[in-house]
Amino acid sequence: MSARQLSTTRPTLTRRVARVLARWPRIRVAGLLAAPVGWLVVFYLGSLAVLFAAAFWHYDANITFTITKTFSFENFVALFSDPVYRTIVGRTVMIAVLVTITDAVLAFPIAFVMGKLAGPKLRSVLAVLVLMPLWTSYLVKILAWRLILSDGGVLNWLLKPLHLSGPGFGEVAVYLVLSYIWLPYMILPLAAGFERVPTSLLEASTDLGAKTWQTFRSVVLPLVFPALVAGSIFTFSLTLGDYIAVSQVSSTQFIGSVIYDNLGVVGDLPLAAAFATVPVLVMVVYLLLARRAGAFEAL
Amino acid sequence: MQLSRRLRVVLVGSSGCLLVVIYVPILLIVLYAFNPSKSQKWPITGLTLQWIQAALGNPGARSALVLSVQVGLIATAIALVLGSLLAAAVHRHRFFGRNVVSFLVILPVALPGIVTGIALNTTFRTLFGGLSLFTLVIGHATFCVVTVYNNVIARMRRTPGSLVEASADLGADPLQTFRFVTLPVIRSALIAGALLAFALSFDEIIVTTFTAGFNETLPIWIFANLSRPNQLPIVNAVALGVIIASAIPVYLAQRVASDAAGYG
Repeated sequence: MSARQLSTTRPTLTRRVARVLARWPRIRVAGLLAAPVGWLVVFYLGSLAVLFAAAFWHYDANITFTITKTFSFENFVALFSDPVYRTIVGRTVMIAVLVTITDAVLAFPIAFVMGKLAGPKLRSVLAVLVLMPLWTSYLVKILAWRLILSDGGVLNWLLKPLHLSGPGFGEVAVYLVLSYIWLPYMILPLAAGFERVPTSLLEASTDLGAKTWQTFRSVVLPLVFPALVAGSIFTFSLTLGDYIAVSQVSSTQFIGSVIYDNLGVVGDLPLAAAFATVPVLVMVVYLLLARRAGAFEAL
Repeated sequence: MQLSRRLRVVLVGSSGCLLVVIYVPILLIVLYAFNPSKSQKWPITGLTLQWIQAALGNPGARSALVLSVQVGLIATAIALVLGSLLAAAVHRHRFFGRNVVSFLVILPVALPGIVTGIALNTTFRTLFGGLSLFTLVIGHATFCVVTVYNNVIARMRRTPGSLVEASADLGADPLQTFRFVTLPVIRSALIAGALLAFALSFDEIIVTTFTAGFNETLPIWIFANLSRPNQLPIVNAVALGVIIASAIPVYLAQRVASDAAGYG
């Protein structure tokens, strides 16, 4: 009677557990999902729910400067009746659209080279070259642009011989800095999108007599469109909620800076929460459209 | 699509120019870290190591660095566990709400950071009794999960399921299969995911501002000192350190991931 025989007649605990899990895959899925989904639902979705509830609370701005947890639409009424907020939302969405378009246009050539022209070696070198600045600290990039755009900065020094001067700090600076910071987020999904376009399709298009531009417009562009939308999720969303870059290179108000000021400076959490629902709504609509365009498979 | 020679040159040339534009601001910070003058005007007046020494000896920057590393390590450990479990569930099983789960994991990075930040801030202050190191770590782990998840699930998709079946057929129990088959296959994806999660946490400022309370991470220290003109030379020197500190994990992650792609 060897130990080996024993182990076949009396299965180990792991094997018995394994047998149960194999018979009921639902238990297995539940076991795998419990911790991560629990975490995300409790901390993340739960927090979003609390934020949404807070949008209906009341802040006494006159006497007590405290928050009471009552239910009213007063914050939303305040946001809709004051035209200043509408201007700020319009301005922020506008900048987000401009930044997204700019990044898409700038990303196209290099993404095409990465995805289609370069050999495997050059491709991985380029991937590192694009990844490094993506991961370089956001604050460091802002610091760099303050050095470039300030009065005695690099840009004015370069333009001086031409008797020109840079845009200085302001809305143009916000547009430049945000386009710069979010650019790698557009390049990488787009390059992956180009990589997935089968070369045989491009050859077929040429064989059938299409000019380069025609092939690009009717074969390449539709195929990389989901990747383009995937990249735009980041450029659009990150611009929409930014409050640090915008406050460092301008004194203009954007959605992010209004939310931050209301919460951090004024202490009016309910109004900040109500205003925060605006970018959430914009992004939910954007994400639903993006999913329709197949962008989630291209992320 | 036949590309003319000229078009090729234009594409490659404009890509090169773009890379130059991307790198100039970063190189500028490197130069400014050695700038002897307190004024931040261009051109810089010379080269000195004075501010780098001052940054190394700055107690605020040092304790902020230590805190950033601690928070990054804990958040990465949590994200590793949660992200891999989630990847295993979504990859291997078809279940009700699978699409919702894959949507849920992207949400913390797809929604603007300020929304995540203010949501966590409100919840922690009203329900958890205030902000602390604990809430800071929870915030970081929440947005780090997606980097681990993405890396692990991408590797699982490239790995044939027959490997796990073969292991079971040869008599391995699930723990043995995990140890000798699954883990070696996903190991490099785990390392790459962990490195990126750490880099993400190390640099994060937006959610951090809302969840840190009185804890000062390195990005918060930099942000606080950006508005103090006297401190700017030291900030430049710290910024140089941050550039190097985030370049190393990203470079390693890319190496690890591409080595693995090579044999797989």
